[in-house]
Amino acid sequence: MKITFHRFAIWSVLLLFAAFFLLPLYVMVATSLKDMAEVRDGNLLSLPGSLNFAAWHKAWSQACTGTDCGGLQPFFWNSTLMVVPAVLISTALGAVNGYVFSKWKFAYSELMFGMMLFGAFMPLQVVLLPMSQVLGWFNLADSIWGLVIVHVLVGLATTTLFFRNYYVSLPDELVRAAMLDGAGFWRIFWRIVLPLSAPILVVTLIWQFTQIWNDFLFGVVFSAGDAKPITVGLNNMANTSSSVKEYNVDMAAAMIAALPTLAIYVLAGKHFVRGLTAGAVKG
Amino acid sequence: MSPARLARWMPRLVLAPSFALAFVFIYGLIAWNGVLSFSASRLLPNYEFVGWTQYATLFASERWGVALQNLAIFSSLFIGLGLGLGLLLAILLDQKIRVEGTLRTIYLYPMALSFIVTGTAWKWILNPGLGLEHLVQSWGWSSFSFDWLVNPDRAIYTVVIAGIWQSAGFVMALFLAGLRGIDDSIIKAAQIDGASLPRIYWRVIIPSLRPVFFSTLLVLAHISIKSFDLVMALTAGGPGFATDVPATFMYAMSFSRGQIGLGAASATVMLATVAAIVVPYLYSELRTRK
Amino acid sequence: MGTLSIRNVRKSFGAVEILKGIDIEVEEGEFLILVGPSGCGKSTLLSMIAGLDVPTAGSIHIGDRDVTHELPKDRDIAMVFQSYALYPNMNVAQNISFALEMRKVPKAERAAAVERVTTMLQIGHLLDRKPGQLSGGQRQRVAMGRALARNPKLFLFDEPLSNLDAKLRVEMRAEIKLLHQRTRTTTVYVTHDQVEAMTLGDRIAVMRDGMVQQFGTPDDIYTRPATRFVAEFIGSPAMNMLPVDAASVGSAQPTVKGTAITLSVEHQEALRRQPAAGLVIGLRPERVQLGDSGTAGRLTLLEPTGPDTYAFVDTPLGSLVSRVAGTVTQRVGDVVSLNWDARDLHLFDTATEARIG
Repeated sequence: MKITFHRFAIWSVLLLFAAFFLLPLYVMVATSLKDMAEVRDGNLLSLPGSLNFAAWHKAWSQACTGTDCGGLQPFFWNSTLMVVPAVLISTALGAVNGYVFSKWKFAYSELMFGMMLFGAFMPLQVVLLPMSQVLGWFNLADSIWGLVIVHVLVGLATTTLFFRNYYVSLPDELVRAAMLDGAGFWRIFWRIVLPLSAPILVVTLIWQFTQIWNDFLFGVVFSAGDAKPITVGLNNMANTSSSVKEYNVDMAAAMIAALPTLAIYVLAGKHFVRGLTAGAVKG
Repeated sequence: MSPARLARWMPRLVLAPSFALAFVFIYGLIAWNGVLSFSASRLLPNYEFVGWTQYATLFASERWGVALQNLAIFSSLFIGLGLGLGLLLAILLDQKIRVEGTLRTIYLYPMALSFIVTGTAWKWILNPGLGLEHLVQSWGWSSFSFDWLVNPDRAIYTVVIAGIWQSAGFVMALFLAGLRGIDDSIIKAAQIDGASLPRIYWRVIIPSLRPVFFSTLLVLAHISIKSFDLVMALTAGGPGFATDVPATFMYAMSFSRGQIGLGAASATVMLATVAAIVVPYLYSELRTRK
Repeated sequence: MGTLSIRNVRKSFGAVEILKGIDIEVEEGEFLILVGPSGCGKSTLLSMIAGLDVPTAGSIHIGDRDVTHELPKDRDIAMVFQSYALYPNMNVAQNISFALEMRKVPKAERAAAVERVTTMLQIGHLLDRKPGQLSGGQRQRVAMGRALARNPKLFLFDEPLSNLDAKLRVEMRAEIKLLHQRTRTTTVYVTHDQVEAMTLGDRIAVMRDGMVQQFGTPDDIYTRPATRFVAEFIGSPAMNMLPVDAASVGSAQPTVKGTAITLSVEHQEALRRQPAAGLVIGLRPERVQLGDSGTAGRLTLLEPTGPDTYAFVDTPLGSLVSRVAGTVTQRVGDVVSLNWDARDLHLFDTATEARIG
């Protein structure tokens, strides 16, 4: 009897917390499928009357985010245009840097690595003001490319860390054997190291995509007008002090903003977790 | 340059641009920010040197005091409860649960969301009038009130709730990985010595999780100091500036209230706090892990 | 063409001197062994020869070229690593031909080289497999094949048999020796195993603490070890060492723990020419006979190995090991007699560690 109670207790706690984590998602989806009358008459947990996607439609193309009322659509595309180059560039640079730091150590290279690594830990507030000045000089202040550059610079520290830690576990003798076979720095990278990088590439791409898509700080500081990413659009929409609060539209908008990263999580969550634990446990 | 010399210099050449960029971006901009914090800048940069004036103004500001206090409250609760909940879930999941994979996915998915999404969702859930309060009231408890979101004294705790919801799964994942990394034979030896399961957890397993504790603590501390997105979405620093944190203070001063010098000073203080923890940690990590 | 000349090579890492002046001349087609305990610098020396590292001082010549500062790929050498270092993402054929690919050898020639090498090593049926799908012995052969395909002037082996189980090690050892007889390529082979050293080498360099203690043929090293260290390092079970009592060092009949030992005339001559302050006497176990007369002692341990038996005997001189062919009729606890020919003794100066005579 004692054993059964033990298991029962464990399961109850686990399921209780599962509910805690799942309910907000349910509430978001349910609310987004109701019309405002249902929202007011029912409560958080009540089921929607039907699968009503009107709120979604409004969130996508008609809702107001400040002065514009074009929905989240333009912001969604801004984010997409920003995320793709930022992820690809930061990952590529991180791979090469990690390769150098792990397999081609030279005087002070560890110190340099440490100095670069600090960028992953520092509070970003400390570069906001100067960075906006710099972007202004290059006329990038309100463009998507400005955001891309900032994300690449900040992401470099993390991607370099991921790749460097992964490459350290590749045997050094592989590189030595390749050197003896006549391969140089780049050929060793292309022919031997990169083909063995699939696991960390996936982890890094997913991690970077999630971080950059979900970012708000840089989006709100470094963009204006047409270049704002979806997080800024969502926040504006949910915080507009317009006359009638349309919670169902807000929830639909939140779902739209969340879908890309959620989808990746559902499809490739294993790799995402590996990225989290690898990046964090190693410091 | 002979091919041999070029070959030996290639790694340095390849690294140089990234390092130079990182160096300028990190240390150059930090220095510039420092300069701004010692300047008289308001709406626009004005490089007149004013010594510690901005810092004096900063620490005399009531709003900054509130921000620091909130940071302390939020950090300690967020980190403490986050660690506790994460550890609890990890230990429970370690008990050979059949649907462990599914449960793990459920606990972790909030990490995939933007803090803005989380903030927006919880803002709705804790909506006084239509959210949680209304729900519990409709269950029959008509005197239940939950207006924390708009209550200046309680609002910061809503940020804690949303923050833990987002991050507890992450802590769980780290602890679970740590638990799985413990050598089985140590546990078997303890069992043969006659220790009961809770005893084994308390005396053997949890102590060996110390390194995971520290790195998780570090990451959570990092997240909490950076917490800008969550506060903006959930309360926008309000009501008034009751839920202001250093990050939102800095943003407000620098970009909406035309007080660049003050904003820069607040950013420098944030940096100093983080550096005091991170730099020794990084130093010791890189030394031991030759 | 394939001669190797190591001249006064030194290597320091910061304040620590790993190699303290190595001089070795290897002839064309010779099989050189670098043997010694861990930390003696043999792998560091091999890295210098390979070009993976540069000496702090001294030079290395392959043929008539000074290659001290040249990159590995320009030295025309091939190396087999301890962990084989096969490229995991390529199959056997690609692994073997990779170096040729780097040198832009045309496809047809590469295929021919792969064919030649895999036939020689009998791994032709493994061409499409990746290293992860091969056994330890097969991986070893592919690693050798990769080196052979290059037809280099110099082969380098870095403890290639250490990762194999005992039986496989013996088989592969023979294969390496046969391969060398066929190809006659100059080879430098690093190992810590003295059996490998003795069986494979044309000449052996015994290293210790960054210096060469003795450089000679296996026979030289075994029968006339130049230092006490070499004497104890080579040979299993290790040479019996009997420290001579200080007071009796100069006399014709030195004593060990009070018991006198007879020296041969030649040894007495040598001692007169090279007087020593301290002396230790060495005696190989196979030169110690278990008989009816001689030094008496109690049998404490018997280790039968099959072809031989090692008998451990407690004598007034100390504990001695005798290596006897076949089995032994005596039993543990019995009193036995050990005797030997005085000319089989080795004398070492305890101050310089060097051989006397």
